[in-house]
Amino acid sequence: MTDGPAIDARDLTRRFGGFVAVDRITFDVRAGEVFGFLGANGAGKTTAIRMLTGLLAPSSGTARVAGHDVLTEAERVKRAIGYMSQRFSLYEDLTVRENIALYGGIYDLDDRAIRERTDRMLHRLGLEQEADAFVRAIPLGWRQKLAFSVALLHEPRIVFLDEPTSGVDPITRRQFWELIYEAAAAGTTVLVTTHYMDEAEYCDRISIMVAGRIGALGTPGELKQQYGVPTIDDLFVRLARPGA
Amino acid sequence: MTALLGLIRKEVLHILRDRRTLVVIIALPIVQVVLFGYAIRTDVDHVRLAIVDPSPDPVTLALRARFDAAEVFRTVAVLPTSRALETLFRRGDAQGAVLFEPEFAEHLGHGVPAQLLIVADGTEPNTGSIVQAYVEQVVREYEQTAGAGGRSVTIVPTLRMRFNPTRASSNLFVPGLMAFVLTIISSLMTAISLTREKETGTLEALLVSPLRPWQIIVGKVAPYVAVGFASVVGVLLEARLVFGVPLRGSVLLLLGEGLLFILVSLALGILISARTSSQRVAMMGALIGTMLPTTLLSGFIFPIESMPWALRALSYIVPARWFVLVARSVMLKGVGLAYLWRPTAVLVAMAAVLLAASTRAFHARLES
Amino acid sequence: MRRIFFLARAEVLHVVRDRATLAQVLIVPIVQLLVLSNAATFEIRNTPTFVVDLDRTTVSRGLVDRFAASGHFQVTGASGSIDVANDALLRGDVTMVVTIPHDFEASLVRAGAAPVELSLNAEKGSAAGIVQSYATRIVTAYSAELAPPGAARPRIDVRTRSWYNPTLNYPHYMVPGILVFLVTLIGTLLTAQNIAREKELGTLEQLNVTPITRGQFIAGKLLPFWTLGLIDLTLGLVVGKLVFGIPIRGSVVLLFGVASVYLVVTLAIGLFISTLVETQQQAMFVTFFVMMIYLLMSGLFTPIDSMAPWVQVVSLANPVRHFVTISRAVLVKGAGLADVFRPLVTLVVFAVVALSLAIRQYSKRTV
Repeated sequence: MTDGPAIDARDLTRRFGGFVAVDRITFDVRAGEVFGFLGANGAGKTTAIRMLTGLLAPSSGTARVAGHDVLTEAERVKRAIGYMSQRFSLYEDLTVRENIALYGGIYDLDDRAIRERTDRMLHRLGLEQEADAFVRAIPLGWRQKLAFSVALLHEPRIVFLDEPTSGVDPITRRQFWELIYEAAAAGTTVLVTTHYMDEAEYCDRISIMVAGRIGALGTPGELKQQYGVPTIDDLFVRLARPGA
Repeated sequence: MTALLGLIRKEVLHILRDRRTLVVIIALPIVQVVLFGYAIRTDVDHVRLAIVDPSPDPVTLALRARFDAAEVFRTVAVLPTSRALETLFRRGDAQGAVLFEPEFAEHLGHGVPAQLLIVADGTEPNTGSIVQAYVEQVVREYEQTAGAGGRSVTIVPTLRMRFNPTRASSNLFVPGLMAFVLTIISSLMTAISLTREKETGTLEALLVSPLRPWQIIVGKVAPYVAVGFASVVGVLLEARLVFGVPLRGSVLLLLGEGLLFILVSLALGILISARTSSQRVAMMGALIGTMLPTTLLSGFIFPIESMPWALRALSYIVPARWFVLVARSVMLKGVGLAYLWRPTAVLVAMAAVLLAASTRAFHARLES
Repeated sequence: MRRIFFLARAEVLHVVRDRATLAQVLIVPIVQLLVLSNAATFEIRNTPTFVVDLDRTTVSRGLVDRFAASGHFQVTGASGSIDVANDALLRGDVTMVVTIPHDFEASLVRAGAAPVELSLNAEKGSAAGIVQSYATRIVTAYSAELAPPGAARPRIDVRTRSWYNPTLNYPHYMVPGILVFLVTLIGTLLTAQNIAREKELGTLEQLNVTPITRGQFIAGKLLPFWTLGLIDLTLGLVVGKLVFGIPIRGSVVLLFGVASVYLVVTLAIGLFISTLVETQQQAMFVTFFVMMIYLLMSGLFTPIDSMAPWVQVVSLANPVRHFVTISRAVLVKGAGLADVFRPLVTLVVFAVVALSLAIRQYSKRTV
């Protein structure tokens, strides 16, 4: 067990040829926080997350996640984290139960644990009836919640959510955030990216990325006061188009 | 018109940017000409021969020397008994064996026929009969020169290999190769390109544009025609310059027929794409519906006459079959349209039918 | 390890539930087997022949009859005009023209020798060579028949025996090779396609973010396909036996043992291809062409001995070649382990090398 931030990025950078997607971002996330990683589409959020989860190597700079360096100890990092990607990544031609079992097995949960956690998850999500249905038959909102739950199946310390509420109706979004709060209450650190600025209010702290750099970092309240704007949305507009 | 040109330009950019496909298109003809020039041959040469000679004597030695000298054969083993022969055959070390009976010359001296047994590895059926034919020939030649001691009768066959005196395989494969390359580019790529647009939904965007359906088809397909044509010219040049394949007939006729064949293949590609909804299925359909028949049933490698009647019948509806026939005739025999009107007519008919069918299918697809 | 089992099980479910994949695995190979085995033949039967008999004697007619009766030739035209014959040859209506000169019989009686001209349409390439050998044999046999009484009989009595395939049945030669083709296609294509599809869908990323190791991932993915390959081989063997009556003289266990090793090679190649592409379509494209080249240079359709010498050397690096050789040796010739030792060892080496390379190439992280 390590002290210190759950996520600690210093001058993290990623270049693709001549294009700098992530430009020397520095921030940290404390254990148990719900951290909002905001920014417009194409601002570099997904690239940053992929570096933090060990999927993409940084061009320069460092990051430590769950106490391990993402470049040199990527596999250790993966043991401690969960990830929900922007693209839906459960298998549509497997049933709900089969998907859960697969990831349970990969994360080395024994059969009993898989069974218990599956039942618990299905109950929490209200998917008991659909346990043996193919995932593709389930409506989008439920699928997203399922993917989130699967990311938490192995009870990781930190979970990364990349635009989990995209394309989902407001009610489901609400339910989603309830799930996030539950996870945070249980001690899980949550880093969530979104381009819905109103969701920023739900987070403990947020950062706003603009063109690969972090334009603002702090609690929603602090930032609104600092910039003198009523909503985070206004703050974003201010940052994205200076002088507007 | 400008809209159409714009579409064509976009399509060209698509092709240029998909590096992998581009590499394949460019490398393909080169690789294949090398392949077919040097690898796909069926001429039997340097047959590995084992000799079993239990009691060597002047006659057997004389015959063995002749076998050695014949280019057709390569003596790989001389054995006293046939015991080790099986192993040699099983390992593939020998393809044929000549077994002399013991006391060979003695038998002949006493006026009794001497037995010579040819054992051929029949796994590959034709090697067997060729081995047999050549061994017999060597034996008969020997008998003649050794003096038969009586009158024997010999019919001497003189052989003329017409239209391909060197029987260089490359001469034959090049026309088939052109068909193959054209089929890939025209059918395969067209099918994929159209299906890809359907899948990604950009086709819908095109359809609501002022472009008419036929313009969309032409626009999408034109670059592939150009690429296909360029490939064929490339193959031809390579064939002529590297392998010295003759081109005795009219180049214009050849290119014209090539264009006709491209049209047929394209129509096929469009038809396939109009009827499939996923790229994967389109590719499988194109592979099975065009590539396989082109390779197998066009006379490209395997002679059609040798196939069972069902497949021979099937080959009549394979466009490549007719094109290969035309191309070979033009290149090797130098004949003109007068001799080729029939296959040309077939190709024209196919083009007409397929284009009509594909346009209709495309329209139907659009409506749905 | 448990992880491998879980992954493999999911993979099997994928395959079983996807109709297109099932068709690819079960139906397409059988269809290919049936069509290919029938099409890939160089057998010579009923070769259309034109006869120009300028002699029109009993002896000359005798020769013509021998051709007609041989089963290899079919006399489709006869004329006294060489031009007509040439025309037929030019048009491609016939493959061979037999021209018997007008003093054929007389020459034979007088001088004991006479010429006959065989004009072959060499466009048929190798087939022309084979036709030539058949024609020559018929002529030679007829010569022997004609020996006048009292002359010394042919002093050397030549007999022929054909081992392993006495009926000279082409499918018996082709099917063992085509079985290799089937197994190869499944191994490489399925693997490349499958992993490329996961890349496309994004599920591969989800797997990469788990602690699963490269080795476990690859094992979990490849195991089901390896099994499928062996199943296909079994299916092919059964069909081959039932439909074509192919011989199974050697040990089936040996064949499957070799197939197991060979499948590792093809799967590794498929894996390697999947790391080079991003979409399923690219995967199919690249696989198809790589496989085509391998297959055409493997001695499956055309003999290795006929290839240019340098190509023969290059083909030693072709795993397909070795398995084709082994398959034919074991099934048709009844070869045992000792007989196929050399190509088998080569395959084992390939398996180790290919798998290592593929594993090294596969990365859970984009660099």
